[in-house]
Amino acid sequence: MGDTTTFFRAPRREPHRRATAESPWVRRLLIGGALCFLGIFLVVPLVSVFAEALKKGLGFYCHTFNDPLTLSAIKLTFIAAGISVPLNCVFGVAAAWAIAKFDFRGKSILITLIDLPFCVSPVIAGLIYVLLFGAPGPFWTWLSDHNVKIIFAVPGIVLATTFVTFPFVARELIPLMQAQGRTEEEAARVLGASGWQTFWRVTLPNIKWGLLYGVILCNARAMGEFGAVSVVSGHIRGQTNTIPLHIEILYNDYNTTGAFAVATLLAFLGLVTLVLKTWIERKKIAALRATETRVAA
Amino acid sequence: MAKNTRRVLPGFRLTLGYTLLYLSLIVLIPLAGVFVKTSTLSWEQFWHVITAPRALASYRLSFGASFLAAFVNVFIGILVAWVLVRYEFFGKKIVDALVDMPFALPTAVAGITLTALYAPHGWIGQLLAPLGVKVAFTQLGVFIALTFIGLPFIVRTVQPVLEDFDPELEEAAASLGANRWQTFWRVILPMLYPALLTGFSLAFARALGEYGSVIFIAGNMPMKTEITPLLIVTKLEQFDYAGATALAVVMLVGSFVILLTVNLLQWRSSRHLAQFAQA
Repeated sequence: MGDTTTFFRAPRREPHRRATAESPWVRRLLIGGALCFLGIFLVVPLVSVFAEALKKGLGFYCHTFNDPLTLSAIKLTFIAAGISVPLNCVFGVAAAWAIAKFDFRGKSILITLIDLPFCVSPVIAGLIYVLLFGAPGPFWTWLSDHNVKIIFAVPGIVLATTFVTFPFVARELIPLMQAQGRTEEEAARVLGASGWQTFWRVTLPNIKWGLLYGVILCNARAMGEFGAVSVVSGHIRGQTNTIPLHIEILYNDYNTTGAFAVATLLAFLGLVTLVLKTWIERKKIAALRATETRVAA
Repeated sequence: MAKNTRRVLPGFRLTLGYTLLYLSLIVLIPLAGVFVKTSTLSWEQFWHVITAPRALASYRLSFGASFLAAFVNVFIGILVAWVLVRYEFFGKKIVDALVDMPFALPTAVAGITLTALYAPHGWIGQLLAPLGVKVAFTQLGVFIALTFIGLPFIVRTVQPVLEDFDPELEEAAASLGANRWQTFWRVILPMLYPALLTGFSLAFARALGEYGSVIFIAGNMPMKTEITPLLIVTKLEQFDYAGATALAVVMLVGSFVILLTVNLLQWRSSRHLAQFAQA
């Protein structure tokens, strides 16, 4: 049997191309076309951010970051991301645990509802909180009586950021934990582990790459969100400006170079996100394969 | 029921309860507020706001440019996904990672960058200016920005389907005498339809709501280059909350209807494919 297959196997280097491959010219044309397009559409913009930022030299670039308004924008962005990302992270783990480890009615509706913020315009995401907590809203009298500011203040920015980044961790963990099943956790329970021990020692190591992936995407969006935050912020310089809003203000003040200088921060964040994302994707696939073989064994 | 199927794993009530509470507080109750707020308008007032000429012009631009951008992205997406899955070339992994750039680059940065590039004196704008093509501050600029942000959706939905594509189907087509073009057109492309529809609807929905990357390049002239999300913001800044909310309802209903239609189409086409696979 082995001999006949070797006998009939085609030689490794065929003089003619395979019937299911394109001719070299078509291949080169397609690769060239795709690369040209991606070059103009993705690489040129990325390069131009840095080129525009350094137009007036390194001195001006550094000067932009000495501005207290820039620094307060950076601080506020970190505060907003620092609150909304952990909130959505806890939610994501809880939702994935409930959805992946248990059966209940209405599960697919719940999954759809979790994805809802993705198909809502960021502007509407801001609008809903203005309606709820702003001047005409149902909580307005109570809030102003107790001197609590939500809209045109930091809490509103945090809320809007939380809304737009809401699904990131959950939608990453739900399919992952569904694929992993519940056998390992059940085994841990049968062997006498408590619920928390099961979670920390069995579930968390299994989902750590997926969780990190979700957190990184969530953070990138949280730090870069513009539309939703713009609606609730009120644009008070030095108080309710995040990095993207500060970029807009500089740009509208005809300080284009300054705007691009601040924009390099976010472009850099984007690049770091891409690198981490690619790296974790590989880890995730490796981890999933390991779990699959473990479950199969 | 609880007695029969006693759950081994703990935390069902806690996690589901927390999920529902958090979902309601952050998403559902605030969103419901939009519809509650609209009900303070009478039907005539609501109709008057959402059919004002300026609003109609903004829908035309928002829906039209989003549709066109998503449609163009279908072709670009197939090309890029095909090249990334089928061919080997230098720097492929970097290119693959770069495709997600529009996701990772904050919209405000994309907005000012595209504006600088396509402005009459920008790197790309000065090449187009002698041809009489104006991009920045025109509807074409809106289209460019929406194409930029929608690019990854189609690539990322088509890519896994192409990766899992059964080579036997192509071999069968070739052995029956089909050339590569016929194989692609009649065998491969039909299998991509569900993924293309998903990618298209995601790109379309995203483009429809997009704000940050568009407002810089659009120029924002009422009736000409004003997108609906911007009109909502304008109304909010004039403290016309009811008007802003009415437009928001139109947008929300619009994008839900589109997503629902596409889901139905996709469900039908996947059922069609399943029948095809069984036959």
